Amino acid sequence: MQKTLEPIIVTAVALLFSVLLIALFITSTGNDPIAVFKTIYKGSFGSWFSVQNTLVRAAPLLLTALCTAIPARAGLVIIGGEGAMVIGGLFSAITGISLSGNSPIFILTAMMLSGAMSGGLWIALAGFLNYYRGVNETISSLLLNYIAIAILNFLVFGMLKDPETLNKPSSFHIGEANMLGVIGESSIHWGIVFGILLCLLLWFVSLRTTFGFSVSIVGGNPRAAKLAGISVGKMIVISCFIGGACAGLAGVIEVAAVHGRANGSLNSGYGYAGILVAFLARHNPLAIIPFAVLMGGIQAAGGLLQRRHGLPDASVEVIQGMMFVVILGSEALYGRMPFFKNKSIGVSV
Amino acid sequence: MIDTKQKAGVNVSRRTLIKGAGAGAVVAASSLSPVAFSEEKTVNMGFIYVGPKDDYGYNQAHYEGKSGVAELSWVKAFDEEQVAETIEVQKSMESMIQLDGAQILFPTSFGYFDPHILKIAPKYPDVMFLHCGGLYDDSKHPENVGSYFGYIDEAVYLSGIVAGHMSKTGKLGFVAAIPIPQVLRNINAFTLGAQSVNPAITTNVVFTGGWANPVKEAEAATSMIDQGIDVLTCHVDSPKVVVETAEKRGVYSCGYHTNNLALAPKGFLTGAEWNWSSVYAMYAEKIIKGEKIPNLVRGGLKEGIVKSSSYGPSVTAAAKADAEAAKAQLVAGGFSIFKGPIKDNKGNEVIPAGKAYQQTDITLESMDWMVAGVIG
Repeated sequence: MQKTLEPIIVTAVALLFSVLLIALFITSTGNDPIAVFKTIYKGSFGSWFSVQNTLVRAAPLLLTALCTAIPARAGLVIIGGEGAMVIGGLFSAITGISLSGNSPIFILTAMMLSGAMSGGLWIALAGFLNYYRGVNETISSLLLNYIAIAILNFLVFGMLKDPETLNKPSSFHIGEANMLGVIGESSIHWGIVFGILLCLLLWFVSLRTTFGFSVSIVGGNPRAAKLAGISVGKMIVISCFIGGACAGLAGVIEVAAVHGRANGSLNSGYGYAGILVAFLARHNPLAIIPFAVLMGGIQAAGGLLQRRHGLPDASVEVIQGMMFVVILGSEALYGRMPFFKNKSIGVSV
Repeated sequence: MIDTKQKAGVNVSRRTLIKGAGAGAVVAASSLSPVAFSEEKTVNMGFIYVGPKDDYGYNQAHYEGKSGVAELSWVKAFDEEQVAETIEVQKSMESMIQLDGAQILFPTSFGYFDPHILKIAPKYPDVMFLHCGGLYDDSKHPENVGSYFGYIDEAVYLSGIVAGHMSKTGKLGFVAAIPIPQVLRNINAFTLGAQSVNPAITTNVVFTGGWANPVKEAEAATSMIDQGIDVLTCHVDSPKVVVETAEKRGVYSCGYHTNNLALAPKGFLTGAEWNWSSVYAMYAEKIIKGEKIPNLVRGGLKEGIVKSSSYGPSVTAAAKADAEAAKAQLVAGGFSIFKGPIKDNKGNEVIPAGKAYQQTDITLESMDWMVAGVIG
């Protein structure tokens, strides 16, 4: 019980401490922190419109965060979510365009499969290079981002280009009928549902299955894992594939629910924001859900902060950065608070 | 010892917790204030930029336009910078309408139009959505959508004339984002302006592949200067890197989007600028008078939508005289920049002799060639 409580309490304390730091920062800009916090609340959760705004922004972060979180359980630091998202979006658009004429359900399913597969293989490549060739996965996944963006540009400026999109080169449209719609009367698209379901599923897989347990052993001590008969390379490549598939799916959703085409907008920083969410959630897929919503909320409020308080856009990044640093710093508190010590001997996974 | 430290740690946390809880309670207590709709006689205008509003470039030009119109006492103007061309811009537009009562929106980046403006506009038929660029088509787009744009190639042509006068090597440089019609039109206008002074002049072009790519812009500028180019200009979101690099290396530069004199006090020649505040004020007046907003607004030097930057200190009298003469012709009308015979840089004749395109001609908006003398 206390083992489950510890991360929650440590994180909550860290969040409150970061709120204080943020208040100091806001005061230093000459604004009233209480008024600014009110605006943040109003812009993120203060009305049904704001809640929808927050959830829509959180949707891609849920999936791109998994791209960092799942490989992290196997001990890898993957920052290639951006590239996997671009590749997933690109391949799903190609699939959608080339299958046009079929039923929307069939097209959407094929788009999701191709997007997830291509994104998964993209990151699996970084995992493969790491295990079999000793290439640092952080560097290789970062560089794969640039390759993905270059492939996207090459194709949407070239053979995939819809001649109607003169000044913003984009692929052909997948067709309005094949787009992923919104949930009921809201303006929230189905992407958020996929994100939450995958977080739940991967939480279960990571913490409640043999496979997830093997991955954590690989992450904890690859040599011990090998001695225990676990195929370390396979675990690394598979967890990279799963992470990449999630980011690829984020790209599919951008294409299928928002743009209808593949173009440069696929590369708009969701992959990098996802890294932040994954670290805040300490790579726990379940914790990604609240942190992605929190990030979405801060971003949703960002516009209102600019309009109501004249704060520059960078202030949102400062706020996010302060939270990030404080929460990472709070890792040092684990195991140090007597309240949580020596009272239960449970297996922590 | 260790024990005390740990206790101290817990105490700090507890204090933090209490303070934080206080702050949280205040936030929670703030009731939902009703949507602040405008009073009777104000015009609420919302502006959205894709980049920072102090980039010396595209976004700053719109921000200056917003600041200009905000001086009118009956205008309430608000803006957001760094809004991505994703669902974020859809939400920013809706937030401006729902939380700030915007009556007219200016989502300024090119990529905001399709699908974002087209998706949100039908939901808010009472709000006018005006997009900067040439995408509006009255046969298929909603009535509350429109577009405005300027023939900035006229001012770029004038920059070309000055550049042609000032270049000693006869080699000009152009750092461009991506090869799309708008950019090609500027490259061609710049080159044609320079060639009107010296027919043998050439323009080297480097495409960086993106609208905001400072590292590649700096590399392109440096390598072109190394090749003996002595006047640089650009068409990217922010001209800052190119103009500053030129100044540092001691070559001339022509600005773009806003007045860039501050970036290159010595080598700055002139530049092509937007004059959005006049356009925005025009829209504001139409709204307050209850007149219909035109769906399509275009214009160049004559209409005051674009302008030339004031000349830098090194521009010669002859260069000024030529540029002013061309400007007078452009303002008077009847002068055509794209007048045959024009060959492209592959030797094909793209505009036959005797054919002259007016600025309004739609053909120019799908330009896919570069004029003879352009290298790249």
